[in-house]
Amino acid sequence: MILKYLLKRIAVLVPVFLFVVTVVFFMIRFAPGGPFDSEKRVSPEIMKNLQAKYHMDEPLYKQYFRYLGDLAQGDLGPSFKHANRSVNEIIFEALPVSAELGLISLTWALLIGLAAGLVASMRPNTWLDYIPMSFSLIGISLPTFVIGPVLVLVFALWNDWLPVAGWNSWQDRILPSLTLGMAYAAYISRLTRGGMMEIRSQDFMRTAKMKGLSEMQVVVRHGLKGGLLPVISYLGPALAGIITGALVTESIFHIPGLGRFFVESAVNRDYTVVMGTALLYFALIFFCNLLVDIVYAFLDPRVRYE
Amino acid sequence: MSSSITLTMEKHLATTSVAEEKGSSLWQDAFHRLKKNKLALAGAIFLLLEITIAVLTPVIAPYSFEEQNLEMTMAPMSAQHWLGTDSLGRDLLTRLMYGGRISLLVGILASLVSVFIGVLYGATAGFFGGKIDNWMMRIVDVLYALPFIFMVIILMVYFGRNFVLLFVALGATQWLTMARIVRGQVMSLKEKEFVEAARSIGVGDFKILTRHLIPNSLGPVIVYLTLTVPAVILEEAFLSFLGLGVQAPMASWGTLISSGVEAMEIAPRVLIAPAICLSLTLLSLNFLGDGLRDALDPKGARD
Amino acid sequence: MTREKKQNKTWRGLSALLVAANVMVATASFAAGTFNFGNGAEPKDLDPHIVTGVPEHHILLNMFEPLVAMDPKTLAPIPGVATSWKVSKDLKTYTFTLRKDAKWSNGEAITAADFVYSWTRLLTPATAAEYAYQAYYMKNGKAFNEGKLKDASQLGFKAIDPYTLEVQLEAPTPFFLGLLNHHSLYPVPKSVVEKHGSRWTRPENMVSNGAFILDKWEMNKVISLKKNETYWDKTKVSLDRVNFHPVEKQDTEEKLFRSKELHTTNELPLEKIPFWQADKSGVYQQSPYLGIYHYWLNVGKAPLDNKLVRQALNLGFDRERIVKYVTRGGQEPAQGFTPPGAGGFFPKARLPKDGSSIAKAKELLAKAGYPGGKGLPKIELLYNTSDAHKKIAEAMQQMWKTNLGIDVVLVNQEWKVYLDSQTQKNYMVSRAGWIGDYNDANTFLDMFMSDNGNNKAGFKNAKYDELLTKAANEKNAKKRLEFFQEAEGILMEELPTIPIYVYTRVYLKSKDVQGWYPNILDYHPLKYVSLTGAK
Repeated sequence: MILKYLLKRIAVLVPVFLFVVTVVFFMIRFAPGGPFDSEKRVSPEIMKNLQAKYHMDEPLYKQYFRYLGDLAQGDLGPSFKHANRSVNEIIFEALPVSAELGLISLTWALLIGLAAGLVASMRPNTWLDYIPMSFSLIGISLPTFVIGPVLVLVFALWNDWLPVAGWNSWQDRILPSLTLGMAYAAYISRLTRGGMMEIRSQDFMRTAKMKGLSEMQVVVRHGLKGGLLPVISYLGPALAGIITGALVTESIFHIPGLGRFFVESAVNRDYTVVMGTALLYFALIFFCNLLVDIVYAFLDPRVRYE
Repeated sequence: MSSSITLTMEKHLATTSVAEEKGSSLWQDAFHRLKKNKLALAGAIFLLLEITIAVLTPVIAPYSFEEQNLEMTMAPMSAQHWLGTDSLGRDLLTRLMYGGRISLLVGILASLVSVFIGVLYGATAGFFGGKIDNWMMRIVDVLYALPFIFMVIILMVYFGRNFVLLFVALGATQWLTMARIVRGQVMSLKEKEFVEAARSIGVGDFKILTRHLIPNSLGPVIVYLTLTVPAVILEEAFLSFLGLGVQAPMASWGTLISSGVEAMEIAPRVLIAPAICLSLTLLSLNFLGDGLRDALDPKGARD
Repeated sequence: MTREKKQNKTWRGLSALLVAANVMVATASFAAGTFNFGNGAEPKDLDPHIVTGVPEHHILLNMFEPLVAMDPKTLAPIPGVATSWKVSKDLKTYTFTLRKDAKWSNGEAITAADFVYSWTRLLTPATAAEYAYQAYYMKNGKAFNEGKLKDASQLGFKAIDPYTLEVQLEAPTPFFLGLLNHHSLYPVPKSVVEKHGSRWTRPENMVSNGAFILDKWEMNKVISLKKNETYWDKTKVSLDRVNFHPVEKQDTEEKLFRSKELHTTNELPLEKIPFWQADKSGVYQQSPYLGIYHYWLNVGKAPLDNKLVRQALNLGFDRERIVKYVTRGGQEPAQGFTPPGAGGFFPKARLPKDGSSIAKAKELLAKAGYPGGKGLPKIELLYNTSDAHKKIAEAMQQMWKTNLGIDVVLVNQEWKVYLDSQTQKNYMVSRAGWIGDYNDANTFLDMFMSDNGNNKAGFKNAKYDELLTKAANEKNAKKRLEFFQEAEGILMEELPTIPIYVYTRVYLKSKDVQGWYPNILDYHPLKYVSLTGAK
């Protein structure tokens, strides 16, 4: 049954993907400004040369079909901003960096977030609840652009323990992954606590408890499955987001990841890079959410996909 | 096992029907329970205080938010300027108060909007499942992938910069994950016995959705709502970058924090003051949120 | 080996394996004779004909040697690939004699044909070079680039023999030798460009003729150059390696400098300028720079179509307070449009340095029909999003409000939207900055000509156009400057702009750096730079 469901989901992918390509392709052309606008304006003649070089002088529909044709062969086109690189190359260079940073951060986030959330939910409204939850709230209300510089100040400048920035050694991984992980840990701990509290108040949990199972047993055997649903829902998009890069963290720590391209390409009107990153992100969202739905079915056999 | 399930099912149906009959007593009950929760009460009082200050700011603010005193930039805390001045010599306390007006309004309203859309959308998809769910969720996937900066820029080109657009832009990004969370909850809940029981006694789809499924997934919703508020407040600062959002020389907590980071080493108070405001607001919201959830829980079940 | 020491101290207790890893990292990042240069942004490319930005220029000027170079102290022309040059009487023909020992880094000799090829490539429409206009001063350059002339042999440069290059100009161009230092006029190696196409600038392919050659290029991380062993003047080169770090965040750059991982930064965060100015260790650098920070006034939009209003806005604020309290980097209040000293041109100071003319401004405003600002429509001030621009705009808004009673609304836009608004003339007052392309007043003044694409004010003045055309064809240097002076006079009377301040370059430089001289072009060839104490 799950296989049939999978096939159905993937069958939908093709039209939805085409839809995304089309919408994004035309949408970004509506924004004012183009890739060749700069503070020093180029003359109309030089502009003509530039547009001809990138086939921007053709009618839009022609450019669209040209793009589709290239895309079918797996070619995302050349970048406007990074003139001697293709979008494929940019993604191949930058994605592994972001993915590494993202996965380390997510590991932090899950370890800290789940532990804090579970402890808090088992002893609600006690200090074991208040302390981890207050910390997580501080994590949420302090954005990465505050946490990052503070960590750098404390661990790299006031104390000479870790590098200020860069992406060479394993020490370089510590501060950025903590910075990025903190924000996610905060969400995860709050959602874990919320989900667990919800499940604990449900009747089957009380029944199980009445039957004399220890608290730990109840939580592990029955609670985790339902209680983690909100966390898992959250993790789908979060996973896709975290491995495609985090602009702020990457820029604070001077990390050559993909995150910056999402904003940089938009600001530069680097159309092909905007397209490439949007499509990549969509593909990741699609598969992460698919993964989440499969995990649902695994965690809770009653969840049915017809 | 089966007998205990039937039992609890009946109990569940009983409480809901009682609640329906005597709606006011449920709310009275809830309010009573909320009053007993000290943290929630403290949160509520703090928020009320903040809102009062925000409303009264134009009257009680010690200085003008835009008036500069270039001879007194970055002045430390003093009797005249309780929180000192910023890099253009403006009173920081005043700017913080004005910033709070914007940030509280934007944060709370935009979060409510996004939660409203997210809950309805997610619950509908999760409840009907199958093809409907598949397509509705693919739309969410697509919306995730659309380049946000372009959406905002294009909206601004056609509608100009205005406050409504700010809520649309903020809401648009925040409801997606909310929808996925609610959908997950509803998918799991709808197979539960009490739903089948409700159905068997002839309760309609809409009623099941609004009376049983949504209330039962309210826990994560309230949690996510309280998480959304600071996210929205900070995102407003990013929208200022695109030209939407608060317009200089007015400030918001988001813009105060982001400009405070630069001056962190020179004058930490410039960063710490707005950060504390934001953190305290968030803490209060969460305590209140947790309290509300507990109080509203028809099962009244807390250890 | 700062880094190694630092980390060994910290991680002393860790296993031998980890320490070994540390040492490896440390040697990789900080070697003796390696210069670490904070370069602001990732370059677009390293093709001299394609790139447009300052970060690219910083790298290229160390990878390529122009025909005629500049003295790093005086900016006077000094021999580059050419050992000597002759100028004809009408100042329109230059004959260069090339050195015989100049080589590409692949060992091939550099000849006059290389320059002919390079400049032809720059002007070929298909190259789509944004800076092609730097070769418009040479005969037929413009026509060829615009596709009106197809025959490349009619271009104004030819190889008389392998070591003699003759260049014909359209008009006497006193700044021509300086112009040769612009990267668009550097020579590129024909065989390599033709073999690899747009990928010729990859480290595995790239060939150049300067003091350093490309060794490694990791996007958004580092561009590493090593000493060029085929360079004719290599004995003068002290550094073994130069790393350009594209650190976009100023705050991060400053912190990297503090942890001794950069020798120079590109900029300095605004908030930290006073702190570093107070620092007495001598790393703080501040030097005048050939650029002007100004506001455009859209002369096509009421009430700015009224000259009196434009004058009132210009006189009604205190430039000194802006540079003293807001920008704080030692900038000079702008009293004219052209920065003083551009190519020996010093415009008369026609605008008030401080707030001494506010009374006059009030009078002008009243004369325009808006006494005390009454009846004046709200003025919108457009700027592209940035903390520095915002602060200046806020200060301007406040000063105009207090001094003249004028209400100004601040509007910030994202970069390309802002550019588009300027191009469409969809603004009233707009923030702008202009950095000279070459060391001459012309690069500032010609943008106010009626048909110039960069004239975003919509300013049209026949007399002004005439003066600049005359200056362009004038052989006599003194007379030429007189035309410029007169043009400046018109500009300061009509005021389609509000000049605010003359830029300074503000950055940090390690005390280990020797042979780095401040100059208005921010020109610091690393060929002459050495490091002391780099051990």
